[in-house]
Amino acid sequence: MPFVYNVPFFSIFLAMIVGICLTLVKNGRLALRLTMGVAGAIFLLSAWLFAELARTNTSYIYLMGHYPAPWGNELQVGPFEAGMAAAFCLMLLAALPGGRRDFLRDIPQGKQSLFCLFINLTLASSLVLIYTNDLFTGYVFVEIMAIVAAGLVMAEGRGRSIAAAMRYVSLSAVGSGLFLMGITITYYITGHLLMNDLGQAIRALFESGEYRVQLVAGMGLMVIGLSIKSALFPFHGWLPEAYSACTTMASAVQSGLISKCYLFLIIKFICRMCSLEILLELHITDTLFVLGLAGMIYGSLKAMGEEESRRMIAYSSVAQVAYIFMGIGLGTLHGLAAACYQLLAHTFTKPMLFTTVSALVRVGEGSDSWHDLRGSALRAPLAGVAFSIGGLSLCGLPLLAGFAAKFELAAAAVDQGDKMLFTLLALGASSVLNSMYYIPAMITIWTPPADGQARPRPAVPAARDWSFVCSTLLFLACNLALGILIGPVMGQLLAGIVRV
Amino acid sequence: MLETILQQRYMLVAVILFTIGLCVLFLHPNLIKKIIGMDIMDAAIMLMLATGGYVEGRKAPIITDGVTEFTHYINPVPSGLVLTGIVVSVSMTAFFLALTQRLYARYRTINLDEILIQAKKEVK
Repeated sequence: MPFVYNVPFFSIFLAMIVGICLTLVKNGRLALRLTMGVAGAIFLLSAWLFAELARTNTSYIYLMGHYPAPWGNELQVGPFEAGMAAAFCLMLLAALPGGRRDFLRDIPQGKQSLFCLFINLTLASSLVLIYTNDLFTGYVFVEIMAIVAAGLVMAEGRGRSIAAAMRYVSLSAVGSGLFLMGITITYYITGHLLMNDLGQAIRALFESGEYRVQLVAGMGLMVIGLSIKSALFPFHGWLPEAYSACTTMASAVQSGLISKCYLFLIIKFICRMCSLEILLELHITDTLFVLGLAGMIYGSLKAMGEEESRRMIAYSSVAQVAYIFMGIGLGTLHGLAAACYQLLAHTFTKPMLFTTVSALVRVGEGSDSWHDLRGSALRAPLAGVAFSIGGLSLCGLPLLAGFAAKFELAAAAVDQGDKMLFTLLALGASSVLNSMYYIPAMITIWTPPADGQARPRPAVPAARDWSFVCSTLLFLACNLALGILIGPVMGQLLAGIVRV
Repeated sequence: MLETILQQRYMLVAVILFTIGLCVLFLHPNLIKKIIGMDIMDAAIMLMLATGGYVEGRKAPIITDGVTEFTHYINPVPSGLVLTGIVVSVSMTAFFLALTQRLYARYRTINLDEILIQAKKEVK
């Protein structure tokens, strides 16, 4: 076996071991640097693995400890999984320096290393969810992810953030319970936990017509459980507070990594276990499609009514996640690939919006409200430019990631009968609604405050935050790359989904 | 019909318990009752998993008297899953309780609705 095939194992254990060792580090800055080092190392390893697998066009099964299932544990790795792991690490590599200043200010000094431990555990869990071929291992790491995500939300220690974490944990526990019940029912009727074996057993059961009720219940509960965790409308109740009541770094990691891993697990679950034909026959994709359409409109309408900047961005996430479910609900391979494109576009856009709006809040009049952010972009131009580009990307401006994702979703809907009309209408309406709250926000931040209302400028300008500059430039580069390289990215995603 | 119900009695009990736990966790504002609901829900799933691997008349999967024939023992995989599930469930319960304690120390209530209202006022 080539050495590069060990990369998934090393990546998972590197993140876990460094995370645990961070409990011994007292210095928060050092802990953060080590965490960024881990994200950088795993990004390079995953990019190497992706290049090798894409070049040889192969995927392989990795037996942890060389024991076959059910004694050992199995990872299934292909270019699709390796590419996703690299993308998530790249996002983390950009998000961590972007939220560094708020991290040092918001998190109590003695707890900064523990916060970094949570980031490392989040990374390890996300890698397991990307690579695992075992459904129960997936469940265990879904739960670990829920605990560390709640820890990230409450780390600031304010009443509001602890209450948000509690709300998140409550709903997350409901999602986990439903997911585990779905796994149990599916195991009851198939006797398998490995996704490939489950796929064969489910197909055989579907063709024979046996255990139809149990099959629908098992798959439906798994999808609903993961939908609650990824904030599909109407299960999004936990999201606005969880994204807006925590420190910037936690918001960025939540929006760019945690919710995306659950979505990736749903896509993997569909491709490897259920097949689109079965889901179409059981109307599971139709249900996701309808909820996706409703979420796109609802999220945007709620965002329009928000006066607080981070809550507005959070509600916008409800709409953006709904786009992904709409793509899955189309019930075609092209739809799934377009959903993955939207997943990537959102991964690189939303954390950028959170980090840039926090930079604007720092130079604003003191609060998160748009009123207090008037003219803030003039004092922090890079943050203003990046926020504007992120907003325009989500509105669907060509050459940016959001446009490319919407274009692919629209293309996937062509020739899909009634779904085509609804998809195009919802995409159009949602884009208009996005413009109706992002463009006024951009105008606000670039408009100077009325005379006498502006905060006096400090006599000595603050030192340039190079971490923030690097983070923003990296986010912008990824956003532009996704907006321009539509063909190659989509080609890789389609090939990856077919192979999965 | 009655025969099927009797055959599937553990499954039936597990589904009823799961529904009770889910409703309490989802709908009850009292945080301690939410935690109890979550534990009932988890216990129901463990019951379902354990009965899935149980075979009437067979023993626990621990080799005794040198008998290695698998037909003497129940399926060991669900038992392993139940053990893992219990560890996860205990961790979630401990975390949930820690959060409840923090919220009670701050707001002197364990009603989530009241806590959310007070937290909102705190922001304003």
